Amino acid sequence: MKLVLRNITKRFGSLVANDSISLEVSPGEVHCLLGENGAGKSTLMNVLYGLYQADEGEIVLDDQVQHFTGPGDAMAAGIGMVHQHFMLIPVFTVAENVMLGNESTGVAGTLDVAAARERVNEISERFGFHVDPDALVEELPVGVQQRVEIIKALSRDAQVLVFDEPTAVLTPQETDELMQIMRQLKEAGKAIVFITHKLREVREVADKITVIRLGKVVGEAKPTATNAELASLMVGRPVELVVHKDEPQLGDDALVVQDLRVRDALGRVHLDGITFTIRAGEVLCVAGVQGNGQTELTEAILGLQEHVEGSVTLDGKQLVGRSVRQVLDAGVGFVPEDRQEDGLVGGFSIAENLMLNRSFRSPFVRRGSLRRDALEEFAEQKLKEYDVRAPDIHTHADKLSGGNQQKVVVARELSRDLRLLVAAQPTRGVDVGSIEFIHKQVIATRDRGIPVLVVSTELDEVVALADRIMVLYRGQVIGIVPGDTPRETLGLMMTGERPKDMIA
Amino acid sequence: MSTTGLSPAPVPTAGPVIDTVPVVSRKVAIIFGVLTLGMVLILLLAPQDGETTFRLAASTDFVALPELTVPSMAGAWTLTAVCALLTAESVRRYVARRSTPMWVLAAFAVAWMAGFLTWAAAGESVPVVGLLAGSIALAVPLVFGALGGVLGERAGVVNIAIDGQLLFGAFAAALVGSLTGSPWVGLLAAMVAGALVALVLGLFAITYFVDQVIVGVVLNVLVIGLTSFLFSQVLATNTPALNTPPRFPRVPIPVLGDIPLIGPVFFRQTAIVYLLYIVVALVAFALYRTRWGLRVRAVGEHPLAADTVGIKVNRTRYRTILLAGAIAGMGGAFYTLVSVPQFNREMTGGAGYIALAAVIFGKWDPIRATLAALLFGFATNLQGVLAVLGSPVPSQFMLMLPYVITIFAVAGLVGRSRPPAADGVPYRKE
Repeated sequence: MKLVLRNITKRFGSLVANDSISLEVSPGEVHCLLGENGAGKSTLMNVLYGLYQADEGEIVLDDQVQHFTGPGDAMAAGIGMVHQHFMLIPVFTVAENVMLGNESTGVAGTLDVAAARERVNEISERFGFHVDPDALVEELPVGVQQRVEIIKALSRDAQVLVFDEPTAVLTPQETDELMQIMRQLKEAGKAIVFITHKLREVREVADKITVIRLGKVVGEAKPTATNAELASLMVGRPVELVVHKDEPQLGDDALVVQDLRVRDALGRVHLDGITFTIRAGEVLCVAGVQGNGQTELTEAILGLQEHVEGSVTLDGKQLVGRSVRQVLDAGVGFVPEDRQEDGLVGGFSIAENLMLNRSFRSPFVRRGSLRRDALEEFAEQKLKEYDVRAPDIHTHADKLSGGNQQKVVVARELSRDLRLLVAAQPTRGVDVGSIEFIHKQVIATRDRGIPVLVVSTELDEVVALADRIMVLYRGQVIGIVPGDTPRETLGLMMTGERPKDMIA
Repeated sequence: MSTTGLSPAPVPTAGPVIDTVPVVSRKVAIIFGVLTLGMVLILLLAPQDGETTFRLAASTDFVALPELTVPSMAGAWTLTAVCALLTAESVRRYVARRSTPMWVLAAFAVAWMAGFLTWAAAGESVPVVGLLAGSIALAVPLVFGALGGVLGERAGVVNIAIDGQLLFGAFAAALVGSLTGSPWVGLLAAMVAGALVALVLGLFAITYFVDQVIVGVVLNVLVIGLTSFLFSQVLATNTPALNTPPRFPRVPIPVLGDIPLIGPVFFRQTAIVYLLYIVVALVAFALYRTRWGLRVRAVGEHPLAADTVGIKVNRTRYRTILLAGAIAGMGGAFYTLVSVPQFNREMTGGAGYIALAAVIFGKWDPIRATLAALLFGFATNLQGVLAVLGSPVPSQFMLMLPYVITIFAVAGLVGRSRPPAADGVPYRKE
């Protein structure tokens, strides 16, 4: 089935998310939609899938103009979508998820579970998926959950398959497997739309590449294009993909973590006795697939976790058992992984957000009242220094783009007298320009002799920043290796395989 | 539930599933211990003389079971010893990191209750059949209400308005039943009334995204106000014509009703109770075994996912809560068409809130919620029976009993329960 999008325009209020975008995808072809976060890729696909209605333009399938009023229509027309956030119901079984909305029934609407199970088995056999139809979805690894999404689409005879940022949650190995699946689907004659911002993946599977920037198609490219060419198309100017850094000037052991154990309220162990050290002037990157204890590690250091055993010392001072404020006063800067949830107060101005970690005493508070003049002067200066693109310092944080929000957080955390910087997912959902800037700041912090702990699920980022890399898997340290360790080794470690030389 | 009997999922590429240490609650063991100790204290501090008689047969039984007479103190002490043994078993299992199974819980509950009754009714005779049959009668509105609650919450709408649905159902049943002279038409009217309250709830909660808890509470107050006003202005001025509904007659079921003990408790009831059995079975079956149920649960767990497979989320929610309202309304009809053939202001006495507790105690499952509602019904009736027997416990304490059990049940015994993920969250499309 051939899919053609003609001049799709979608507006949200005054924002034009898609500006007259046209696209053609043929059967047996992988068409990559490349663009930064916020470029309008997902909006376009939600229009295609009937979740949004386009303001202008049309969707054509095999020369038939389609009018989708909801996802049901799109599915009936043969479009299947593998969503970035899986559209699966965690407490249902695989078979139940696959049949939902498309149930075969017996007498009086009773579910024909056997038929659904059969369907799952048949499809997973055809593509070698190994999915148990009776497994509960919440108990499956993300990679397998994604296959359930694919089975769901295929069970409805989808001819056009849309993959929306499918690799964001996968290990490198799972990513490779997904690429293989995409090739198989292509050979089976499906038309595939692959949405991503990761250049390497694009070049690996794409037959055609369309680049989108700020809601517009800005160009097309061949899979033979270099990373630099693709990146500059995506960003609109030449970008440095490599972070320039000198050899680290290592000082004494600064952050010493020993036998750290973290459990949650239900008694589940999230960190199982991990030990590592960061020296002054060194960047240690924590790699691993999301949910292997990274969040708990950063939160335990900061004092945000309840059930912590073991020891964390910074310059010889114990941090475990301290309140968050005591930890901050000890000189810990913290960039949380979810800036909208934990990093900023959306309804506060930039200036107010910049003083969140210093809401006591000077320089911004005197005898319990705010010193607006000092705050504003400080904010103006940081706005310039950190290149935050905003109308003024009174702009509310939730009006900023992801990259600018993150710069505000980074500015706040770096403008104190730091002894340690903990940065969790510092560039998630941030545009390439801001990534460059934030990476430079991290390295500059290191070069001031401050130990830095970076947590990232993006291998590119880990490799770009790290002096040493620690891989976490199921709450345990799989190994600590040098920053120049090959990606393949890191990928294997992320699946729990221990390298021969354990500690660097 | 659908999770039982599954083989553990094969996990080919092991993902971020972190080892879990089984968390075994010691709550059960502690509660057992406290209750047993309490019993011992009661027996030591307030010993009773005489014998206790348990009447196991109703006067009309086909096969009459003999009466059971035990010396009060000896009987109570024996049962306390049984409780102590069960407590020890629970402790042993806790130490071995295993949870206390259902049968131990049930055995403890029966032993403790029997021990308490043996002591409390010393020198008297306990009408066991009457106690249990009365429990069912008191539990009927609670079960209907709880089913309405389970359905609504499974679809993602918190139904605090159960009490309003019961009350409005009772009112409509009384009025329409009196006018038409038919209890069946009255029952139908109660269902419509319950659905009407649900419709208002849906309008605010689903269409206008108003906080569901607030709307529910406000609706309850609204229905109290409305029915009280209509009662005093309309019904009370013309009681013979407007507020003397016909009652559902008691219809014994031929063979089943003759089974000793079980027959008179379950099968010599009114049509509305038989209807309840059917509704419980239907709801449980439909929720887990039909397309409709799968979609309802999907909408309550992850509405966006349901939407992406072409399920109309809000339409499903509306339909489900209308049905839930109708079921709760039937419970309301029980008040005026069976219990008391007359509507009175605020006659539900907050039963809707107890039903809501049964929903949570029952972990959002129709069968368990029904059992929970039966337990609350039993507690209420026990208080009545003990008051008649003249038990040594002050009546004020006995009046507290159902509510104390509610709190204990909801707070402690059930362990962690997980509500539907999207319970109470309105679904908005961008």
